Amino acid sequence: MNAESITTPHKLIVKNLNFYYGADRALKDINMNIPDKMVTAFIGPSGCGKSTLLRTFNRMYQLYPKQRAEGEILLDGENLLDKKQDLNTLRSKIGMVFQKPTPFPMSIYDNIAFGVKLYENLSARDMEERVEWALKKAALWNEVKDKLKQSGTGLSGGQQQRLCIARAIAVKPTVLLLDEPTSALDPISTAHIEKLVDELKKDFTIVIVTHNMQQAARVSDFTAYMYLGDLVEFGDTSAVFTNPKRKETEDYITGRFG
Amino acid sequence: MSTQLRDSQLKRQNLLDILFRNLTRFCAFGVLALLLSIIASLVVSSSLAMHEFGFGFLTSADWNPVTDKFGALVPIAGTLATSIIALLIAIPVSFGIAIFLTELSPQWMRRPLGVAIELLAGIPSIIYGMWGLFVFVPIFADHIEPWINDNLGQLPVISPLFSGPNLGISVLAAGIILAIMIIPFIASVMRDVFDVVPTLLKESAYGLGATTWEVMYQVVLPYTKIGVVGGIMLGLGRALGETMAITFVIGNAHQLSASLLKPGNSISSALANEFTEAVGDLYTSALVELGLILFFITFVVLSLARFMLYRLAQREGHGA
Amino acid sequence: MFSLYARRRLINTISLTISVLAMAFGLFWLGWILVTLLIQGLPALSTTIFTQTTPPPGSQGGLSNAIWGSLMMTFMATIIGTPIGILAGTYLAEFGQRGWLSPVTRFINDILLSAPSIVIGLFIYAVYVIKVGHFSGWGGTFALSIIVIPVVIRTTENMLRLIPNSLREAAAALGAPQWKVITFVTLRAARAGILTGILLAIARISGETAPLLFTALNNQFFSYNMNQPMANLPVVIFQFAMSPYDDWRSLAWAGALIITFSVLTLNIVARVMFRQKANTH
Repeated sequence: MNAESITTPHKLIVKNLNFYYGADRALKDINMNIPDKMVTAFIGPSGCGKSTLLRTFNRMYQLYPKQRAEGEILLDGENLLDKKQDLNTLRSKIGMVFQKPTPFPMSIYDNIAFGVKLYENLSARDMEERVEWALKKAALWNEVKDKLKQSGTGLSGGQQQRLCIARAIAVKPTVLLLDEPTSALDPISTAHIEKLVDELKKDFTIVIVTHNMQQAARVSDFTAYMYLGDLVEFGDTSAVFTNPKRKETEDYITGRFG
Repeated sequence: MSTQLRDSQLKRQNLLDILFRNLTRFCAFGVLALLLSIIASLVVSSSLAMHEFGFGFLTSADWNPVTDKFGALVPIAGTLATSIIALLIAIPVSFGIAIFLTELSPQWMRRPLGVAIELLAGIPSIIYGMWGLFVFVPIFADHIEPWINDNLGQLPVISPLFSGPNLGISVLAAGIILAIMIIPFIASVMRDVFDVVPTLLKESAYGLGATTWEVMYQVVLPYTKIGVVGGIMLGLGRALGETMAITFVIGNAHQLSASLLKPGNSISSALANEFTEAVGDLYTSALVELGLILFFITFVVLSLARFMLYRLAQREGHGA
Repeated sequence: MFSLYARRRLINTISLTISVLAMAFGLFWLGWILVTLLIQGLPALSTTIFTQTTPPPGSQGGLSNAIWGSLMMTFMATIIGTPIGILAGTYLAEFGQRGWLSPVTRFINDILLSAPSIVIGLFIYAVYVIKVGHFSGWGGTFALSIIVIPVVIRTTENMLRLIPNSLREAAAALGAPQWKVITFVTLRAARAGILTGILLAIARISGETAPLLFTALNNQFFSYNMNQPMANLPVVIFQFAMSPYDDWRSLAWAGALIITFSVLTLNIVARVMFRQKANTH
């Protein structure tokens, strides 16, 4: 199923991607173009493969021996599935935020600095600036600027998740992957994060997996609907939601199943 | 009629309920009573020696059954020295094993290796002692001790620690055997503690491009540090009380010396070797006082360990 | 920036290699000890081990009295310690939600679990051996049962806690009184785990030497009398191994092999059983 032709430049191009958990094929011949500096949402019922697809982009699946991917994913023209690609460097270019907030057991400052220290040799001054920049971008700076030395685990759930977002963007990746980032948060924190995503897309290409259709409709520019490992439909969000091309998409969106 | 029957049945069940509950409560009390009895009996039996020697018992290196002069310094020093040596060796090795078991080993190896480590933990200490005496000590005396004497024994500050006769039987040998004994124990605790680290946390660190070592050392270890320290202290508690693994190789010499290569004594070894032969009330009482000191030290260490592990469990329940 | 990354990769490789070496280090000792046991112990094994009693130095003999004594004391210690352990563990899991007794008991139990076993021996010596005036198999039994109890309490409490409340509630909803809920439903549901704990306790006391040194002591002859000093494998091994006599030493190795083999078997059986139970869930 081919992607819609889109006039914006493409950041990630997925070609004939197949993914296997052992012998089970979880992703079937996915072809998709993720547009640059826009928000793309993956939606679909449980088990459709949306998280699996997201996790191929930073090769997170490689932590687990029985999982493998075949095909190509081009990031700025280079195939990131290529065995010669260095895993750690790749992951520094692609940031990821997870379903539950995962602050490291260290101070807020050190959380943000962690990723930066791995790849850049910044002076203390520059590091402080970077931490401040990241926290401001994640709309957390005002709430924590006086307690940077305190532990990251002492923050509320919504704050912790924004901390994780700040941590991910501090290394200045080009792509930001969000795997159901608000599923563990209350409605108010969720709203904060959604507003944040809208701001962040000015600087980063964002791909967000969500099981909440309304969130996808609110937040994304493009939506991919997946079902049982297939990419069923991909297009402009308003088009997909108000005028879906495929009956399967329409059934899911109108709540007839899932 | 039928309600009357039910009433009496109900009464009987209630009675049985009360009986059962009190029976279990009684047994729980029994545990408390047991601990108190142990402490009380140790104190009573050592009161003669405590009276005779007072606090000087802790600092005196005398041990003379003939003149009835006893001091705990040598056994205490030996107990502490062997345990510290054991911990210094066991902690990094256990950390390495725990990393291997949780991150590096292929899936099919994980269970058999984990089981192998736990089996090692189950081998009775007397086996370690025998093996230590008949297999390890000769090799230690012939090959390792000379090396230590020639190399570490020549370095400026630490040379008194590492120069001595090449007997094999020594505080150092006992410490090494003890290390081998507690490695599986500490490794299992570390492994268990690392296993409950949320996958998402590790993936977050990998997601930033960290290497495996960086994830383990900078994220997992700080996250689990309370549990790890608790586990280490449990290992220390075990090491302090260990008898048979050390008694065979420590030498049972009541002499204080800086050299780790010389034979020494530990509280448990002194008890094991001398208690049944002790003649005279003061001698026996001094030995019991040694036991009391050992119990006290392990009590403190184990309490700290439990406290730390309790704190970790609380934090987990909190929801990290 | 390249050198930063290269250095990180190097540190990673070195650390992970050391971790593999640590694993090999641990396995190496296990292997060496087991191999030594087999090399020294197997030649000394023969049927006479089980048919003849411990000899005086310089003559042939076996370990039958020691094996018998160990079996007797282990058995009796398990019989004494297990019910107390199960009952106390039941209290901790089922009744102890309020009040001070539970947390205190749990804490003390954890201390006793890792307490030096030689001190337990001293305790029994002071309160039992002195009172009856002589060493005895009963003394050894009591000392061992004090070691059994904390292990059984710990496992019982943990296993009971794993049983979901819905099971208890279902039984209570049928009108069963609490003692029946616990004994017929909850304990029964946890029985595989509790049995595992008992096996592990047995494995633990089978190898314990220190608590027997001042309680059961040893006996040169075969005896059914628990009221007299009783031969047992660990103390015999201790005595024979430290001696200068070759035939005594070889008997010590045989005994060591027997103990290790039994302990390892018990551990493996306990593990297999527990996993089977976990699988049927």
